[in-house]
Amino acid sequence: MKLFLKFDLHKACQLILEEQLTKQGLTFKTLAFGEIQLKEQLNTTQLTTLSESLGYYGIEVLENQKSILLQKIKESVVELIAHDDEMPNMKISNFLADKLGYSYGYLSNLFSEYTYTSIENFIILQRIERAKQLIGTNEFTFTEIAWKLSYSSVAHFSTQFKNTTGLTPSAFQKIINKRKEISNK
Amino acid sequence: MQNETIKIILADDDEDDRLFFIEAFEELRMKTEVTTVNDGNALMKKLDCSAEQLPHILFLDLNMPFKNGMECLKEIKNNPLLKNIAIAIYSTSSADTDVENTFVQGANVYIKKPSDFDQLKKILSVVVTTNWQYQTSGLDRSHFILSL
Repeated sequence: MKLFLKFDLHKACQLILEEQLTKQGLTFKTLAFGEIQLKEQLNTTQLTTLSESLGYYGIEVLENQKSILLQKIKESVVELIAHDDEMPNMKISNFLADKLGYSYGYLSNLFSEYTYTSIENFIILQRIERAKQLIGTNEFTFTEIAWKLSYSSVAHFSTQFKNTTGLTPSAFQKIINKRKEISNK
Repeated sequence: MQNETIKIILADDDEDDRLFFIEAFEELRMKTEVTTVNDGNALMKKLDCSAEQLPHILFLDLNMPFKNGMECLKEIKNNPLLKNIAIAIYSTSSADTDVENTFVQGANVYIKKPSDFDQLKKILSVVVTTNWQYQTSGLDRSHFILSL
């Protein structure tokens, strides 16, 4: 027996997407054909799972490689700074190139192209963010924080803090503490 | 992977400042969409109507008729729907008390309006790119404080 079929590709794809995304517990909105908006921000693992499950149906997540790599660069930097105490004794550029298996030049170009900033600036920003967290706890002196984040001196730390935020560490601390007072009222 | 358009609102009663602001973004190599309003009342009305399409960052002049920047700041920070918008104060004042007070009330950025156009471009670019990092890299927004 021979049957003739007419396909509604649009509908078929839409149903596959719905099925697969719901399975992963994701909420999404269709923007245009071939473009969806996810409510959630996916981490590397989720993105990989998603592109694998869609790949089975011949649906490819475009530019996925690049965005996964970007995500990995960010995660590696964050991880490196969170464990500042056991900071590997190597340059961050070598660390990233070794860990991710691409030349630092390639990583650096990719990063600048899509994030409006450079890896170097991102590292500084992350390190200053870590410093802000530590300052916010009111448990450490600036000297201790500088040491924890591997700055050569408290002066170097204060200068980089001021260059990045426009404020001195103590002005920042004062503002954060006043904000806490207001929200506790 | 296309970068998302960065939505920006400026509330400023000075027409020249609004024009410079728009021109600066036109010259920056970034995908932005700039909207301007002339005073605090217009701003709050605009935000109420665009709850679905909130800006990524809001630039707020302190000295405006009807409702000034400080009042807008407090109102926005007390509104659960709006309080997460990043706020950059854009003012001619560089008084330490203004800087500190607006930060304490929840502003993220304090910009002393520069007199030079190139300087303005540079500052706006720093603000928008820094804000972008906070929105896309999972940083703690409550620690986003930048003075320029």
